[in-house]
Amino acid sequence: MYILFIKFSEFVLPVFLLIVFLHAFYKKIPVYDVFVDGAKEGFGLAVKLIPYVVGIYVAVGMFRQSGAMELAIASLEPILSMIGIPGEIIPLLIVRPLSGPAALGMTVEILDKFGPDSFIGRLASTIDGSTDTTLYIIAVYFASVGVKKARYALPVGLLADFAGFGAAIFMGIC
Amino acid sequence: MNIVFLFLVVSSVVVSALSGNMNQLTEAIALSAGEAVERIFGLIGILTLWLGIAKIAEKSGLLETVTKLLQPIVRILFPSIPKGHPAMGAILMNISANLFGFGSAATPFGLKAMEHLQKLNRSNQASQAMCTFLAINTSSVTLIPSTIIALRVNAGSANPMEIIGTILFATTVSTIVAIVADFFFRLRSEKGGWR
Repeated sequence: MYILFIKFSEFVLPVFLLIVFLHAFYKKIPVYDVFVDGAKEGFGLAVKLIPYVVGIYVAVGMFRQSGAMELAIASLEPILSMIGIPGEIIPLLIVRPLSGPAALGMTVEILDKFGPDSFIGRLASTIDGSTDTTLYIIAVYFASVGVKKARYALPVGLLADFAGFGAAIFMGIC
Repeated sequence: MNIVFLFLVVSSVVVSALSGNMNQLTEAIALSAGEAVERIFGLIGILTLWLGIAKIAEKSGLLETVTKLLQPIVRILFPSIPKGHPAMGAILMNISANLFGFGSAATPFGLKAMEHLQKLNRSNQASQAMCTFLAINTSSVTLIPSTIIALRVNAGSANPMEIIGTILFATTVSTIVAIVADFFFRLRSEKGGWR
């Protein structure tokens, strides 16, 4: 089953490319010319994102390194463990919406320490996979089109994150 | 966003000053700025590739066909997008990429969707459709969490795919909450409560 699954996910992307190319060929589209035409937007788009991503990375980097994050974790821990959330995964809950790479690093650490098949290991895997990095996505997506006011996108995203965490923990405990 | 940014920076400097590790903080500032640019540069290749592929799918009409096919499902969520608009196609591609765990392909399609949505919006404020799209995007229902499976394989798991069901459940719950929350915030903003 596992082999089959991995094989399937290996196939999805190349097969998708094949379908796109064959369909374009069938429609007599000059594939390479059109590809280059679309692809040349890539660099400019990436460069446009730099100021926003630098801003977020620096702010989150400061938050982690200064000890402010540990303080936040320490002050939330008693409340969260009171409702039955295991202490080992509380840092992950706080970091996940802020920084994808940092959350991934934490998950790796937890998997190494407790084992991937332990209760904590499975819970950490579920939590890390339960959402995207909300702060980063919202900043980057709005930045790319020059939208300055994100309105209610951030509270909605964070609410959804916590709902996902809640679901993960609920399932882990029950 | 401004409040979060301000909170992160102010709390960091205050805590750092009180605990006396200011030089570590200074180091972290320079380091994170470099990491951010590295991250973006790492993105350029895949962004360029997928924007090219997306253009082919757009020109050949494949995107339009897929959009027409799946449109009835997502139209309820985006009432403000006109029928057959290219934004719908890009949104669908983004959701599918997330579903199959291809984060790198999801971003270019997501940015493409934002571009189309911005053409409908013509303002520097987020449109309702953008907020709904981001709500669905950040909570993205995931069928194949490829990164996590790879992590678990690396860590020597006996059953690396055990978490597929739990992640599917968690992401489904979070997406439902995102859609419901987005709906209520939208109602509130229409009444003039959120500007």
